[in-house]
Amino acid sequence: MDNSYLSVMSRKNQIMQKSVGINYDQYESDYLNFDYEAMLSEGNFTIEEIRKIQNDFGVGNTPLKECKNIAALARKVSKPGYGARIFIKDEALNDSGSFKARRASISCYQAKKLGFKGVIAATSGNYGAAVASQAAKHGLKCIIVQECYDSFGIGQPEIIEKARACEAYGAEVVQLSVGPELFYKFLLLLEETGYFNASLYTPYGIMGIESLGQEIIEDCKIKTGKLPDMVVCTNAGGGNLTGTARGIIKSTDKKIEIVGSSVNLYGLHMADDNDFNKKSFTTGHTGFGLPFIINPDRSDVPRSAARALRYIDRYVTVNQGEVFFITEALSVLEGIERGPAGNTSLAAAFCLAQELKEDQIIIVQETEYTSAGKHHQAQLSFARENGICIYFGDPSDEIPGKSIVFPKSVDLIKAKDLDLVSIRKKYLQNQFSKTKVLSNKDLIFLAEETNTDINFVTEEAKKYDIKVEDAK
Amino acid sequence: MIKKNSWVQIKKVILNPEERAHNLPEATKKVPLLMWVKGYLLEDANIKDIVTVKTVTGRFESGELIEVNPAYLHTYGKFIPEIQLVDKMVKSALFGDDYNG
Repeated sequence: MDNSYLSVMSRKNQIMQKSVGINYDQYESDYLNFDYEAMLSEGNFTIEEIRKIQNDFGVGNTPLKECKNIAALARKVSKPGYGARIFIKDEALNDSGSFKARRASISCYQAKKLGFKGVIAATSGNYGAAVASQAAKHGLKCIIVQECYDSFGIGQPEIIEKARACEAYGAEVVQLSVGPELFYKFLLLLEETGYFNASLYTPYGIMGIESLGQEIIEDCKIKTGKLPDMVVCTNAGGGNLTGTARGIIKSTDKKIEIVGSSVNLYGLHMADDNDFNKKSFTTGHTGFGLPFIINPDRSDVPRSAARALRYIDRYVTVNQGEVFFITEALSVLEGIERGPAGNTSLAAAFCLAQELKEDQIIIVQETEYTSAGKHHQAQLSFARENGICIYFGDPSDEIPGKSIVFPKSVDLIKAKDLDLVSIRKKYLQNQFSKTKVLSNKDLIFLAEETNTDINFVTEEAKKYDIKVEDAK
Repeated sequence: MIKKNSWVQIKKVILNPEERAHNLPEATKKVPLLMWVKGYLLEDANIKDIVTVKTVTGRFESGELIEVNPAYLHTYGKFIPEIQLVDKMVKSALFGDDYNG
């Protein structure tokens, strides 16, 4: 068989189809439309069944903890009467140390049920350890493919730790240097082994998080007698936000504001060998968050089930210095030491809490484990070795790849809003590059995808000379 | 000499620069795509030899032998004094000047 780059990439669809056990074609119709909800019912799991599976395999039912001191600190810089209560869902306590265990639990359960001998996932994040841990429970073999080193073999400390964790759970770790061709090796491995593609972006990878949304609603009612006003989700590939929002919607009629938060890594190219070790966050950042929200189907399956634009009400960024600062504050003010990347949404919540009244509730829906390498101390040390300047000042002066700026006073921690209307337009622009004609069904689909209405989509379509068929 | 069945790490070029994807940033385009894998050595060998290993999932991969019993040496890094200043700042803001010393 020809295993050249181009040849393997040309076999992509056929390899994918076999490795996820899903016929994506059945959900496609018209020019752009696909039946998202039908795809999300793949496997016919109810949320109750998902929770039962997770309960059986060391996942879920994590505690919701109130961060009273962090909220008190936010109130020090809020207007009188403002500064909402802040809660964190301590997802670090799942087996394998992050909410990703929820996603892996359903993928591995399904892989076992379908008779696969093993699972493969392409991830440099916590998902690797999650899949390795769940695979161990099911007696499945496991391969994790990581982008880990630059071309000099210098590894990002956070990713090296994740490799160790995967190996601790018995997985084989295939480590690669920087580049999008990781997908090429991933396809070759799927073809060679016939294992299940435990992608983050299959319906299983998303439905596993719906339980998190549901638990947040239940926990909050028990702890406070009320429902949350705002839930903040760290956003990268979009799955975390999508699954959490879906779980919330399934659990309450109250409209709860869903906020996505990413670390601002503007200016650093994700596929650049030089930039790779200049970033101090390897996930939860804009380098994934923005491309994936604009084009969710750039993932490793034909149709991604992670579609953040459908659910996001507000999208903010925070800077690296702010996230490290809040990570340290969580440790010394709340006595909870956790990994920095998971605290991206906590940094945002610290600022957003100041917009809400004291009796209102913000939930930060995850934490992640910490360890050597995967710790703000390790990341900052690595940054300094790579010539990044670390200082106290105004975090809005931070230049990703050049500086990390700690706030010199807590009022300088500011979540910055991204323009969601322009993001929605960019999403549509990408869709319109695929067709010159739209059906009515496509219009409805695009309105759902962008959480807008048919008028918004039609007005945008006109700008690109897209014809609407059967317009009524 | 490293004995057969030793636990080792190998390194291999997966794609040479000219075989890589188009539209890569300049810095990435000019270097090969590299892979590192661990496994059990199939035959006695020396460091830098091209060898074949059997991985924990039972796959075979070949490449340059670079390490025996590869260790986890990642740490918490060098101490970053700024972190302690964060402690002072947030504690004194909440609990008063006692924490500012």
